[in-house]
Amino acid sequence: MDRLVFLLSSGLARGAVLALFALSLVIVWRSARVVNFAQAAMAITAVYAAFAITAASGSYWLGLLGALAAGALLGALVERGPLRFVRGDDPLSGMIIAIGLVMVLQAGLAMAFGPEHRPMRAPFPERPLMIGEIPVLSPYEVFVLIVAAAVMCALALLFGKTPLGLKLRAAAFAPETSRLLGVRVPRMVTIGWMLSVATAALAALLLVPTELGLNPHAADLLFVDAFAVAVVGGLDSPVGALAAGLIIGILDSLVTGYATAAAAPLAVLVLLTGVLLVRPRGLFAAADRRTG
Amino acid sequence: MNAPTARILRRAAVIALLAIAATFALDPFRNYQLAVAAACFAAVAGLSVLVGLTGQLSLGHAVLMAAGGYGYAITASAVAEALPGAPALAFLTGLLGAAVVAGALGLLLGLAAARLTGPYLAGLTLALVIALPSAANVIPALSGDQGRAAPFFAVPDGLASLIVVEQWHAWLAIAVAAVAVTPLVILRRGRGGLRMRAALGDETGARLAGVDPGRVKAGAFAMSALSAGLGGAVLALATQSVSPGAYGLGFSLLLVVAAVVGGLGSIGGAALGSALVVVLPWLVDTFAGTLPADLGRRLNGNLAVLLFGAVVIAVTAAAPGGLARLLGRLPRPASPRAATPTTEPHEPAQNPER
Repeated sequence: MDRLVFLLSSGLARGAVLALFALSLVIVWRSARVVNFAQAAMAITAVYAAFAITAASGSYWLGLLGALAAGALLGALVERGPLRFVRGDDPLSGMIIAIGLVMVLQAGLAMAFGPEHRPMRAPFPERPLMIGEIPVLSPYEVFVLIVAAAVMCALALLFGKTPLGLKLRAAAFAPETSRLLGVRVPRMVTIGWMLSVATAALAALLLVPTELGLNPHAADLLFVDAFAVAVVGGLDSPVGALAAGLIIGILDSLVTGYATAAAAPLAVLVLLTGVLLVRPRGLFAAADRRTG
Repeated sequence: MNAPTARILRRAAVIALLAIAATFALDPFRNYQLAVAAACFAAVAGLSVLVGLTGQLSLGHAVLMAAGGYGYAITASAVAEALPGAPALAFLTGLLGAAVVAGALGLLLGLAAARLTGPYLAGLTLALVIALPSAANVIPALSGDQGRAAPFFAVPDGLASLIVVEQWHAWLAIAVAAVAVTPLVILRRGRGGLRMRAALGDETGARLAGVDPGRVKAGAFAMSALSAGLGGAVLALATQSVSPGAYGLGFSLLLVVAAVVGGLGSIGGAALGSALVVVLPWLVDTFAGTLPADLGRRLNGNLAVLLFGAVVIAVTAAAPGGLARLLGRLPRPASPRAATPTTEPHEPAQNPER
């Protein structure tokens, strides 16, 4: 029973990170209709920027801001740079360019910082708090949950309640009409990329202290899990990403706790295959509303 | 047998014999590299036909090679232990084991692929690559991270005075690669290739013409997996081992690089691309070895990947069609379709619900 509570609560924290990363995939899918296969490499590049800033200034919080800024900048650079070469009639070329980016970024990071795992300290203790005799969340996991919830609320407000959010949604769903109405669609796509990569960078930054350490490949598994989350939740659905993120985070934690850590990626693979076989576009995918 | 098929078979035999003749000009290490390149060629040719003709991007071909490698190592070891006197039989049953295991996995993936469009299939195959080390640890027959040993095949007595073992393995590799790739060439030329292009070009149109796109995609995936599996068997033969570490994400992406740089859909391009992904990392690492120790250690293994990444972006942006089109082996695409406004994000073609 103790073990179950502990696994459920740590699964919740992992699920929040997963949901955040999956949300970043949803944002970029909604604004540009691509699955960004370079999301993990771009996020981890921003985390390296945070690492460097924290090492130089001694402040975790400056590093966190740095990760967000670096993520947004990287998103804009990639969208305005290599992805401008994607040919409109060929969805393959975008994926292949993203794969090239993965190789360039990860090899570049390994060359600049060395391939070893660099320990990254969490800003709060990672030992679980006890309620009675039962270990539950650690202070760091509480921090992760709060940050993830705050970012999701902020994004929901941004997309739902602000003029910018309205323009972003309009540009994503009806680019042609939006352009006629004076929305700068290319700028909206760039902003979508910036939001997406900054969110992904934050998710990776929250993940790294709980894993082996910072490494160019530290977010690869996170990307695969988050892709599974986004597919289960439907690439179009932020709420689906949240729900599926928590479910898969808890599943992952339970499999790791009761079977073995090695079985967790297999469990995710089986789930992903099962969902895709039943619903090739994800469980909660809405009908395609976008025109043109 | 019709005339084009006979011509393809003749040409394959000539190329294989030329490659075998070329092994006499190479030292043992170069022959080992040739065997590895032949293994990659078998996998890349399958991948290139799959991506180029059916538009299905698989990031998981390393796992299909690994499936072939495990199938080969398990069957060949079992036969070599049961019948120590018959290495040829052990090798051939090993190849059969590789084809069966990789083909079965490929067919399963193909059935999934038939229902999926681009990013979903790529994500599924990516998850497969990431899960390979877990599978090796969970399935006892794959013996965990250190992997399985594959039996060693010495040079036959009649040839022992003539060639060394690396050259013999290069011969076997070339022969297996020829057997793996030639059916792909025939398929691409013939009715199968036409069906694949039809399903890629316009699914509804293909369906109206009596071509079932799902079946075509699943079949293409299985064919491609067979070829990759034989490539994995060759790699297991040359390295005498098969372990999950050797078939990671990096290797899987290299196979994609080889297919893209060579020119998607082109078999000759696949050969050039595979030679490139075997030789360039070695050249770069040799160069890195001459640098001061710290810098060399940082560049080792990374500089080549960085270069490949940059080349893939450049090829996709500036020269789609890769080396094959630059060398005039692939036709340029017919007049571009109605230009979409560049300011708009692209929407992938809709796959009618099946």
